[in-house]
Amino acid sequence: MLFRSYDDEVVRKFVIATMFWGVAGFLVGTYIAFQLAYPILNLDLEWTTFGRLRPVHTSAVIFAFGGNALLGTSFYVVQRTCRAPLFGGAALGNFIFWGYQAVIVLAAIGYILGITQSKEYAEPEWYVDLLLTIVWVAYLVCFVGTIMRRQEPHIYVANWFYLAFIITVAMLHIVNNLAVPVSFFGTKSYVIWAGVQDAMTQWWYGHNAVGFFLTAGFLGMMYYFIPKQAERPVYSYRLSIVHFWTLIFIYIWAGPHHLHYTALPDWAQTLGMVFSIVLWMPSWGGMINGVMTLSGAWDKLRTDPILRFLVVSVAFYGMSTFEGPMMSIKAVNSLSHYTDWTIGHVHSGALGWVAMISFGAVYFLVPRLWNRERLYSLRLVTYHFWISTIGIVLYITAMWISGIMQGLMWRAYDSLGFLQYSFIETVEAMHPYYVIRAIGGLFFLVGALIMVYNLVRTARGDIRTEAVFKRPRAAVAPGAAE
Amino acid sequence: MKHELFEKNVIILSIAVLITVAIGGLVQLVPLFTMEQTIERVEGVRPYSPLELAGRNIYVREGCYLCHSQMIRTFRDEDERYGHYSLAAESMYDHPFQWGSKRTGPDLARVGGKYSNDWHTLHMIDPRAVVPESIMPPYAHLADTELKFNDIDQHIEALRTVGVPYTDEDLAQANSDVLVQATGEGDTDALLERYGKAVIGDFDGDPARITELDAVIAYLQMLGTLVDFSQYRADPSFR
Repeated sequence: MLFRSYDDEVVRKFVIATMFWGVAGFLVGTYIAFQLAYPILNLDLEWTTFGRLRPVHTSAVIFAFGGNALLGTSFYVVQRTCRAPLFGGAALGNFIFWGYQAVIVLAAIGYILGITQSKEYAEPEWYVDLLLTIVWVAYLVCFVGTIMRRQEPHIYVANWFYLAFIITVAMLHIVNNLAVPVSFFGTKSYVIWAGVQDAMTQWWYGHNAVGFFLTAGFLGMMYYFIPKQAERPVYSYRLSIVHFWTLIFIYIWAGPHHLHYTALPDWAQTLGMVFSIVLWMPSWGGMINGVMTLSGAWDKLRTDPILRFLVVSVAFYGMSTFEGPMMSIKAVNSLSHYTDWTIGHVHSGALGWVAMISFGAVYFLVPRLWNRERLYSLRLVTYHFWISTIGIVLYITAMWISGIMQGLMWRAYDSLGFLQYSFIETVEAMHPYYVIRAIGGLFFLVGALIMVYNLVRTARGDIRTEAVFKRPRAAVAPGAAE
Repeated sequence: MKHELFEKNVIILSIAVLITVAIGGLVQLVPLFTMEQTIERVEGVRPYSPLELAGRNIYVREGCYLCHSQMIRTFRDEDERYGHYSLAAESMYDHPFQWGSKRTGPDLARVGGKYSNDWHTLHMIDPRAVVPESIMPPYAHLADTELKFNDIDQHIEALRTVGVPYTDEDLAQANSDVLVQATGEGDTDALLERYGKAVIGDFDGDPARITELDAVIAYLQMLGTLVDFSQYRADPSFR
């Protein structure tokens, strides 16, 4: 039985938006990284200070780049794995696309003008929050509706993760952003939560923005694109069930590890720590399932740079989901909290896991969505892979050093029993690492620009005549396509 | 139970997901509102005066919380560097909280009274003029912008709606409270009666007008000063 064809026009739009916002987000991130090394770059203008631009960076990469990647891939995946076109068709798809872009643009303009409710990763004010709620409900309806009209008896595992991401983000977004506007025509509102309760609500939201936006959703991506690109089935069906339910159950509890040794009651801190450590297991369940999907196809890593992006992203996922539980141990957190170590940790997840799996998925999608035989150049994909990997390594090692060093300097005592360093001495000591970090970010940005060039040429139908990279003879699989 | 149940019905799957993800949040959030031990009972904590509130809103607007925490943890070094560890009570009227998550600059939970108004003015206009190694952005525009506070009573009204105990008099006087606190002219006793320990006077060295910098410094100068820690003893039965 055949139905009308898949709605891929909207997926194409999401892919373009992903790359557009990705470059914008990396660019702003690199710029504010240089601001921390060279404060003159704040330009003495109110709109270009670090405080105004930092939310532009975080929102652009998490919600604009990551969000468009999630929405686009989820629409691609849900149609194929259900063998059904999008519920609501192009009309609903376009409403979600343009509504979501409007949220991004309104939020970003607000930040630059100083319109923010100052809740990290939930900075947009009430009117943007309302718009996002409408778009998100439309997204849920579209996604669930497509699953309901599926031709397949089972709902594929990737869709469980996308669904958990959509539902949980809705819950988090609504509760965390409940606020009373000062006036109907004004932008300012006051959130209904206060003090310690607001802190707990915020980090319940904030940590699960990581857990569901940046993890569950991207695991959905992993469960489709790695098996497809490797041409292997998912390693373990049973593991996918176990790690799905444990992951979504445990993640929600981890928020208080952002509030260790603060005025949050101790029982809540302890709960948060325990669940954060337990969370290591389901996280690695996902990593194992992703990486082991390559069983019997490991040789493809040598020849297929797209698969390399996908698999290395899962390796970074494994690394940062080990580092996270470790940092949530109170004794470790006493050193790492408030320092750059946290920033480095976030970026090993955001650059290594989220961005790299998105790059892999987009490289997979573009030739298919634009009906091209293959990418313009696999060699450029390889360059992109290595440039961005070097960028990430520069970034996270610089942040490890500066974070641990600053944490140690803050608590250092001299032989007379006085604090050894003034605060500003610790700031001064950070400078070289801030420069290295910014250069790492620059590498990552350059990699993304190479990708954009490659994708544009691909969409135009160009194919680069290029020699295949030399590889060990044993690795050449019979009939390997490149 | 067969997992097939969830794999074949998207509604059952969705409900099961919602229940699964709701539990942790309910367990961690609800008791914070119901347990009396969550917030210490201490003397001195009060809502922000209108001028401080205006300053706090500018603090939020400029994203100061991205580099400055307002939460001193229970460590010896933090106690010596910043002062007594922060109490939950001290931010009980904060909508939203400003504890922060990163110290690119120092903690500000108890910055009130540590530096003079003149120091703050110079520092905000050009941080490197007073701290050469500083990487803070300059905020000279605050000194050039007159504070807009004609709608401050609407802000007090909104905060009352979310539970901050401003009185009817606080609301009625909101506008004149700004003038009194920023100039020192008028009934300062009445202001101090309602907003204990409020710092009064011209803050930015420009008595001719009330600027955004006046409001920000008024806010900074009261941070962490409300509780008298020479009197405070932690109740061991709490927390």
